[in-house]
Amino acid sequence: MKKFIEGSRAVAEAVKLARPGVISAYPITPQTHIVEELAQLVADGDLKAEFVNVESEHSAASLVLGSTATGVRSFTATSSQGFLLMLEVLFNIAGMRLPLVMTCANRSVSAPLNIWNDQQDSMTARDSGWIQLFAENNQEVVDLHIQAYKIAEDKDVLLPVMVCMDGFILTHGAEVVDIPEQTLVDKFLPPFNLVDKLDVNNPKTLGAFADPDYYMEARYAMQVANDNALKVIPRVAGEFSKAFGRDSGGLFEGYRIEDAEQVIVSLGSVVGTIKEAVDELRKEGKKAGVLKLITYRPFPASAIYQALKNFPEIAVVEKAVSLGYAGPLYADLKSSFAAGGKCASKISGFVIGLGGRDITKDSIKEVFDLLSKEEKALRFIGLKQG
Amino acid sequence: MAEGIKTLFSPGHTACAGCGQAIAARLVVDTAGPNTIIANNTGCLEVFSTKYPETAWGVPWIHSLFENAAAVASGIESALKYLGIKEKVNVIAQAGDGGTADIGLQALSGMWERGHDILYVCYDNEAYMNTGVQRSGLTPFEANTSTSPAGKQSLGNLRPKKPMPEIAVAHGIPYVATASVGYPQDVQRKVKKALSIKGPKYIQIHVPCPLGWRHLPGLTFDIAKLAVETGLYPLIEYEDGKLTQVRELLRVKPVEEYLNPQGRFKHILNSPEAVKLIQQIADRNIEKYGLVETKA
Repeated sequence: MKKFIEGSRAVAEAVKLARPGVISAYPITPQTHIVEELAQLVADGDLKAEFVNVESEHSAASLVLGSTATGVRSFTATSSQGFLLMLEVLFNIAGMRLPLVMTCANRSVSAPLNIWNDQQDSMTARDSGWIQLFAENNQEVVDLHIQAYKIAEDKDVLLPVMVCMDGFILTHGAEVVDIPEQTLVDKFLPPFNLVDKLDVNNPKTLGAFADPDYYMEARYAMQVANDNALKVIPRVAGEFSKAFGRDSGGLFEGYRIEDAEQVIVSLGSVVGTIKEAVDELRKEGKKAGVLKLITYRPFPASAIYQALKNFPEIAVVEKAVSLGYAGPLYADLKSSFAAGGKCASKISGFVIGLGGRDITKDSIKEVFDLLSKEEKALRFIGLKQG
Repeated sequence: MAEGIKTLFSPGHTACAGCGQAIAARLVVDTAGPNTIIANNTGCLEVFSTKYPETAWGVPWIHSLFENAAAVASGIESALKYLGIKEKVNVIAQAGDGGTADIGLQALSGMWERGHDILYVCYDNEAYMNTGVQRSGLTPFEANTSTSPAGKQSLGNLRPKKPMPEIAVAHGIPYVATASVGYPQDVQRKVKKALSIKGPKYIQIHVPCPLGWRHLPGLTFDIAKLAVETGLYPLIEYEDGKLTQVRELLRVKPVEEYLNPQGRFKHILNSPEAVKLIQQIADRNIEKYGLVETKA
């Protein structure tokens, strides 16, 4: 059913359709609307779940770790500082191979304190083993949450999935969203059936400690699971498209790149702005295009290299920076070209929109202009002069 | 498991000889029985009982991190409630004193305040033993630990034990007790009683650590008993906020008897003033909890 709703409400509706049994979270802007909506759905009896208010994000993540390990589908959400406080637990959830789904309402990190959007928070978890999916708009937000459970719970994956959505821009932005029918979601997403769980009828030890004889194999198994996810994610997107009649998810998506000479690679809601800039540049006769990366972890290095290797000029535009080097996505993309063997393309990195700095079509056009100039790993776009 | 021994905490784990925590943990799980799920903080108990691919545990058991067993257990309890089987399953969260009174206190406070039906057990061996005997919030006054060393300018740990049982009582939870591995039947009775009560419960069990306290492994029970008999570790029970039971002392022993066999107090034994300060702690406990029956 099509509804004109806020992004946070859309997340709550999508999560409800996945039938979670335990939800736990701690308030933080701009995530809070998501769990407020879920709390109301539970309070109204529209969602049969345990909604547990906790004293910190660390405990929110720990609580859903425990409920997932008991075999009950669970959910949490956070942003920014809450994400950083959760981080210890996030690594642990992935290492314990618990297929949890969470939302990261992307926000900057302190200091300075700033509540507005960028993607520096979720980037801190890129080495954690979590699968990270980035949404461009709220339809994708809905679709990715439903797909996320299916990807996470796949027997060849068994890794947690976070759906990253830009804070305020998506969480507080209202647009028309098609909320799927429950019967279709039930058919698409079978009930959660965790094999290694806490069950008094079949006692198992979870979270044992591993000495140097075993630790490396456990981490290697996580890497294999990530490799498997690169196959499972497009397969699930295909199944989704068949079941719901629209394309959503997958590894990445090109827009007007077939004959492009200049391509921007980016993540999240800014892709919408880039598409508009591309359309305008095309009218001026410039061959511009954009590649939207949906799956950031596992990084689809080989596929993305194959898709981009023939473009002469590539810009990575991202709302995060690995301080002391460049943008994390830039570094990943650059290394995928090195691994691919051919690096005739000019690849430059652009950091944009930190802490909610406005990104306009003009900022994007500036990127396309700079792309023809000297190849550089890092340029900040939209910095005040002087 | 050795023939003839029926336990949910199998021998063969790697605890040190004379480990009080291993004995107490076995008492707790065997009293709780097979319909129990345990969440365990990081610490000695976790490390010596679950070295992959082996495990000592005969019940479902999970370890996540150092400070979050109370929150993980809250998630397990919530999941069991969702599944409609909470009434049939005990949930126990357990940790050492550092994991309870220091790094895990926030998560534990949250678990208490939310009213989860969980028994939290703190195995109190009075320092961070797993990392090499560093001081915790439950290290006793004047104990020599690796981060509260005795020296020319110091008598060891500068502060008394954090009053965890009272902090638990202040949360308004229905059952709080202290116990000692020196009194195994008392441990069993308290665990049984706690599990018969719905809501959050807290039991703090005093468990000597021969390595950290520097006493002979064969003295674990004797030293545990001496802590109680001197008044330094009162065995008390609170139900619904009221002190309902104390283990009375027939004959109060001087604290020297408890301190003497332990290397961690060796530096104060020749200082009557320093010993007196510990005696005062015992005397205050005796008065506060009425450990000695005074006939009118």
